[in-house]
Amino acid sequence: MKAASPTVSTAELAQIARTLRLHIVKMIAAANSGHPGGSLSAVDIITALYFGRVLKHDPKNPLWPDRDRFIMSKGHGVPALYAALAESGYFPVSELMTLRQVNSRMQGHPVQGLTPGIEASTGSLGQGLSVGVGHALAARLDGKSFRTYVLLGDGECQEGQVWEAAMTAGNYELGSLTAIIDSNRYQLDGAVEDINSLTPIDAKFESFGWRVIQVDGHDVGAVRVALIQAKESHDVPVCIIAHTVKGKGVTYMENNNDFHGKSPSADQLEVALSQLTD
Amino acid sequence: MTTTGTTLTMGRATREAYGEALLEVGTENKNIIVIDADLAKSTFSWTFGKVFPERFFNIGIQEANMVGIASGLASSGKIPFISSFAAFILCKGFDQLRMGAAYPKLNVKVAGSHGGISIGEDGVSQQSVEDVALACALPGFIVCIPSDEHTMRAAVKAAAEHDGPVYLRLGRPKTYVVHEKDVHFEFGRSIQVRDGHDLTIVANGLLVAQALIAADTLAKKGVEARVIDMHTIKPLDAAALERASHETGAFVVAEEHMHHGGLGSAVAQALVAGTPAPVEYVDLGDQYAESGKPDDLLEKYGMTATHIVAAAERVLVRK
Repeated sequence: MKAASPTVSTAELAQIARTLRLHIVKMIAAANSGHPGGSLSAVDIITALYFGRVLKHDPKNPLWPDRDRFIMSKGHGVPALYAALAESGYFPVSELMTLRQVNSRMQGHPVQGLTPGIEASTGSLGQGLSVGVGHALAARLDGKSFRTYVLLGDGECQEGQVWEAAMTAGNYELGSLTAIIDSNRYQLDGAVEDINSLTPIDAKFESFGWRVIQVDGHDVGAVRVALIQAKESHDVPVCIIAHTVKGKGVTYMENNNDFHGKSPSADQLEVALSQLTD
Repeated sequence: MTTTGTTLTMGRATREAYGEALLEVGTENKNIIVIDADLAKSTFSWTFGKVFPERFFNIGIQEANMVGIASGLASSGKIPFISSFAAFILCKGFDQLRMGAAYPKLNVKVAGSHGGISIGEDGVSQQSVEDVALACALPGFIVCIPSDEHTMRAAVKAAAEHDGPVYLRLGRPKTYVVHEKDVHFEFGRSIQVRDGHDLTIVANGLLVAQALIAADTLAKKGVEARVIDMHTIKPLDAAALERASHETGAFVVAEEHMHHGGLGSAVAQALVAGTPAPVEYVDLGDQYAESGKPDDLLEKYGMTATHIVAAAERVLVRK
């Protein structure tokens, strides 16, 4: 697949998102382990970033100093990122099918320094926003214009460190930092609302000095618009709350928390593939 | 603290030397960024902060966040030195150090001040007695406890020049000067501060001075002790231990740390892999201490020259 043109259409982005979803279910099924629910919910966000001409990056030079940074703080959703990185040209698409196998660069959670395009080792939740603050400070210190994006889960926001970082970013007015919350409303043990509610998460971020944008996290065109709005913000950090559906795109996985961390069976994979290739 | 029979002079606290050294290396290298978590006046990172406010961040009481920020800064080419009390930065920041410094092998420098029980009156919550075990459990980390102001200054310089994660433990109280100002210092290369052939005392931090005092006492009894400042626990100077094992055949290891996972464990591990010899330990054991004056605590919990002498006498019986 070629990188999207500057005038990328929403239909084109939706097609790329569908391709990423196919990769995700195939690679998780091949690994017979992984987190399909939170990978599928994040796909349209990642598509808008990587293929909507939002993220400034160079797959041939992953450590280009002036690149924008994307940190997948919700590390268990990394199949979605691997798929996007492969389709962007960071590594061969065929490598996706080695997910979670020994000697693979497709580790179960992101590993910085191992996989081209991975900016932070995550998987222990709550840490990515702090790392993002560090990058944003470095940009400010060096007078560079790169931006830093951090993708968080809504359940992840139960971690206290997220709020330490949110407080710091707000107080330092880190306008180059954008947090995106993949708000799929579920965590491993059930609904976020039932376990330890974050409501109202928008008011929380606003009170920490952030600008908040709410968006339908599966309207890839709308997500792209929100990301561009965030890019135009230079005075304070922006938090995009993307309302998503866990398992989006595969009907039996949607809002079915059984697929938080379970791979589809062979039969289930067939159903998923047929739904995604319709 | 025993002071008889020695010509040691009292110097500055290693934390004070840390601050001065930060200023020195930060003047030369503009990529050095210093972060503290509301203890900048105690860790002396403020010495840097008041001269280079644009490269100094006091982020408040957020150790975990501080480590994460350092991870991002290091990933973008900066050299962050982050400091807090050792008890807080290692215990509260451990997961972040694991994920954000050790695993990705980032250039993060961690300074844990107020190491050991010699911080005194504030008590157990502030006394770091397990930081060496924790830091040594982080793959790729250099773990170093300088014994005096001169080696601390050299260690900060070495940390700034080293490409990779480093843990430095700083002490609160003033510390005897045991080295020359221009001492040759390298991570992983111990410094022999006294020669002897009856046994070897391996120590770090403020117990190096106590080891020298103990060696004086032992000399009066006709026992010549070699004293090694093993400032770096990881990587350990196994060659110096191997030599000492052949030439002296018995060891006392003295440190201001829990018995498990500190210098004693590292030395024993190295000796068993090379030429085994009997070892006695001077450390905190398997317990916490309490509030009290530093000297009273070191006396009560068994980490003075007197205790080193007793351990030496025990190990000589086993030789």
